[in-house]
Amino acid sequence: MSENFEKILYKYKKMVDQDFKNPSHHRVVIVGAGPVGLCAAIDLTLHGVKVTVIDESEKVSSGSRAICVSKRTLEISDRLGVGKKMLEKGVVWNLGKVLFENRKIYEFNLLPEEGHEYPAFINLQQYYVEEYLVERIRQLQGEGHPVEIRGKNKVQKVTAQKNQVLLDIETPDGIYSLSCDWLVACDGPRSTVRSSLGLDFEGQIFEDNFLIADVTMDVDFPTERRFWFDPSFNKGQSALLHKQPDGVWRIDLQLGWDIDKEEEKKKENVIPRLKAMLGEELNFNLEWVSIYTFQCMKMEKFKHGRILFAGDSAHQVSPFGARGANSGVQDADNLCWKLKLVLDGSSPESLLDTYNYERVMAADENILNSSRSTDFITPKSKASMRFRNAVLALSEKYEFARPLVNSGRLSTPTTYDGSMLNSSDHMNEPRRSRVGAPCPDLPLKDGFLLNKTGKGFCIFCFNTETKIDKGSFPVDVKIINIQEDSSNRDFIFDRFLGEYKEAIYLIRPDQHIAARWPFFDANSIKKAICTAMGN
Amino acid sequence: MRNIKLNANIKNCDDFYSKLLAAHDGLSDEESENFNSRLILILANHIGDERILEEAIEMAKEK
Ligand SMILES: Cc1cc2nc3c(=O)[nH]c(=O)nc-3n(C[C@H](O)[C@H](O)[C@H](O)COP(=O)(O)OP(=O)(O)OC[C@H]3O[C@@H](n4cnc5c(N)ncnc54)[C@H](O)[C@@H]3O)c2cc1C
Repeated sequence: MSENFEKILYKYKKMVDQDFKNPSHHRVVIVGAGPVGLCAAIDLTLHGVKVTVIDESEKVSSGSRAICVSKRTLEISDRLGVGKKMLEKGVVWNLGKVLFENRKIYEFNLLPEEGHEYPAFINLQQYYVEEYLVERIRQLQGEGHPVEIRGKNKVQKVTAQKNQVLLDIETPDGIYSLSCDWLVACDGPRSTVRSSLGLDFEGQIFEDNFLIADVTMDVDFPTERRFWFDPSFNKGQSALLHKQPDGVWRIDLQLGWDIDKEEEKKKENVIPRLKAMLGEELNFNLEWVSIYTFQCMKMEKFKHGRILFAGDSAHQVSPFGARGANSGVQDADNLCWKLKLVLDGSSPESLLDTYNYERVMAADENILNSSRSTDFITPKSKASMRFRNAVLALSEKYEFARPLVNSGRLSTPTTYDGSMLNSSDHMNEPRRSRVGAPCPDLPLKDGFLLNKTGKGFCIFCFNTETKIDKGSFPVDVKIINIQEDSSNRDFIFDRFLGEYKEAIYLIRPDQHIAARWPFFDANSIKKAICTAMGN
Repeated sequence: MRNIKLNANIKNCDDFYSKLLAAHDGLSDEESENFNSRLILILANHIGDERILEEAIEMAKEK
């Protein structure tokens, strides 16, 4: 088993307020130091908000968990200060092979679109991600930021009061209480915060079990993703092989919902399957094996008074498409700037209702994609099985059928169509950068565009040197002038201008597009900023 | 208003029909079903237009 699971990252330390008679009061408490809670902690800290993170353990989450980190997560991590480190360690892959009943039917190359700082995906073990995030928090502490992580602090009970939240926390030194203005619940699928409030998930769509194994091999296998439909070693189900850093390979064997978990997990049952999958002659070492049950469901609302749910505590998806951690990090990205504005009194509390709107919408999209993949991978009726097999058979010979093959649509960020924070769109195209969309990246002479946005609102001026008077804006806004040149001209027209010669984009702190105009109008910009702030 | 063609559009329709039946000759029910599935996908891709495809699905639901 990997030693990474054992490293103590936030050791329990008794804090003075544990002995206070009355609960000490905190501005923001985050429950859970998983990827989502840690990202939120860094983001809020960068915004100058004091946060306290509470986690029942002292280590990274144990076991084989997320490996596929999406481009959007990398861009967010870049803003938080860990993106480059993740990219450096991660495995970049582009080649995929699709197999049906053990024979290869086709292969594809992701051929990533050029002109972005980050690739579409990297593979990186979740324990590395969490470790890098904790290191970043240590670095921020070193710079004098007041963020803290309390290990071996287990939240037992949460009580919502008017305008504050009370927490009972169990530690090796007994139970103590804390109060806070805002609570961010990032305590994962079995969220205590959720159950303590008597809340639950709604609309479970399906349940499926997976045998997840991490193995090391003594041969150089190519860096590619292999996906099997209905292979002989896992009849009627699917299998996936994917490369991770340190020569570790991830194997997912879908098992279906009606299985004997203990039986499936036995070495004598696992090894022959893996041998059939990898080849009899291959030597491999089993690093980790376990069975996970996945479900697709979400809470009805992610905001309950002063309590905000983010990540797995709020929604669950099946693993096809790597949407769990990736969407959770986007929850944090969406939430933190809004919370900052509300805490500062710059925006009304109702701004946080848009967190609920936008992220419930994203969760719905993720669940929809996940369920469609599942419908393709494990057909539920004779007719759907026939169509599935027809698609696979045709795709062996004909390219047209390949896009229909659904082995998981890899996570991409949601466009917040219809959000209250959107101003009306004054441009007909490009569609990909319509109002509500995540802003695409762009190569500049000295780096990349998204890397320059910082933590607040931004205005991008394309091909127009407008004198913008920032004094009239309700918040500080960073203005970035971008002139086309021969090296990025095509990218600018494709991603930002379309048919227009110049354009002005208003970008939210989470790098989503709030408004855009093919002309300059100081008043509309000011109005759009107010709208995007929920005013 | 429908976009899908509702007038007869196949010139030698008897030829087409007999070719369609001939393709099923000697196939088991299962093989026939699989053949039909492939055929639908090939035709659907050729049509491409999502409005037409949706209308066709709706029309096929009528019994
Ligand atoms: C096998 C597998 C493969 C996956 N692959 C991918 C992938 O490729 N890509 C992807 O994006 N996602 C993937 N996921 C999903 C991903 O792991 C989760 O979505 C992600 O961990 C969610 O992060 P989180 O921070 O919301 O919750 P968690 O990671 O579950 O963290 C919750 C934290 O809260 C703490 N906690 C819980 N209860 C309490 C309490 N009462 N008091 C104090 N602390 C508490 C826990 O100790 C933990 O640290 C995979 C999951 C599995 C199991």
